[in-house]
Amino acid sequence: MEGITNEGLVLACSAIGAGLALIAGVGPGVGQGIAAGHGASAVGRNPGARGEITSTMLLGQAVAETTGLYGLAIAFILLFANPLIGRL
Amino acid sequence: METANLLASSGSDAGFMIQGLFSYKLFGQTFWITTTHVSILIVMIIILAFAVAARIKISHAEEYPTGFQNVIEMIVEMLDNMVESNMGVHAKKFRNYIGTIFIFIFVSNISGLVGLRPPTADYGVTLPLGLITFSMIQFNNIKYNKFGAFTDLFKPLPFLFPINLIGEIAVPFSLSLRLFGNVLSGTVMMSLIYSLLSNIAIGWTGFLHIYFDLFSGAIQTYVFCMLTMVFVSQKMPEE
Repeated sequence: MEGITNEGLVLACSAIGAGLALIAGVGPGVGQGIAAGHGASAVGRNPGARGEITSTMLLGQAVAETTGLYGLAIAFILLFANPLIGRL
Repeated sequence: METANLLASSGSDAGFMIQGLFSYKLFGQTFWITTTHVSILIVMIIILAFAVAARIKISHAEEYPTGFQNVIEMIVEMLDNMVESNMGVHAKKFRNYIGTIFIFIFVSNISGLVGLRPPTADYGVTLPLGLITFSMIQFNNIKYNKFGAFTDLFKPLPFLFPINLIGEIAVPFSLSLRLFGNVLSGTVMMSLIYSLLSNIAIGWTGFLHIYFDLFSGAIQTYVFCMLTMVFVSQKMPEE
């Protein structure tokens, strides 16, 4: 650990943390895919209700996306508005 | 301290951050006029100009609509249908509000196409939108459920009260964070592409704009209005 300043360590770990925070994107991706698949099969069974199925599916997907966006928010905070540097 | 601020300050001169244009002092506080103010002003001017033009056109409307009148009627009908299919009998009272936020958020989201920084990529714009929706939800909750608005928090079991309360309070934050996060991620992605591939990013980035600005912006607008309608009509009696 020679030659590594405290600030450098915090910055490096923040960058790694931002990357790790985006693992949160896996869950919404899987969830949205499942929702879209079920939406497609619902349209296949009942083509007449296409509009309603699509809007319901989009609504559910948007709600499922929230957790991923929380991860994104954490990543942005770590990269561009880092609160940890101020603590040094 | 120079190295310490490398990451933190590299954001301030990156293209996608909110930039202060000039500051002024009022009551000992420093206020900044930022890029968000400028782009929200431009968006407002565009919407106002369109509204005035539409008003002039509609005030001597023709029996058989042509051209611009067709466009206006299409927009109004689309918004009315959207509200009506979600709120049923209550649609009349809410189509003004839903239509307003729909047009405002949509024009804000696609303003990235013409090189503005979208106003909705600023949490200071989306949080008030969420708070307006929140106060509307709670106003209707109390108006229609009277005292039931408070006793509903203790259902189905009394000890679930804190969870129900948090569920109510989280609504504006999840609404606003969703819109903010989506638009901001699109903005960041576009400016990263432009700054990384400065010489190669010519012309072909158009399809990315279509996805990040147009598609994502339209979907998020729709979702915001949709969730507003769902949350409000949850609190009202069905007829």
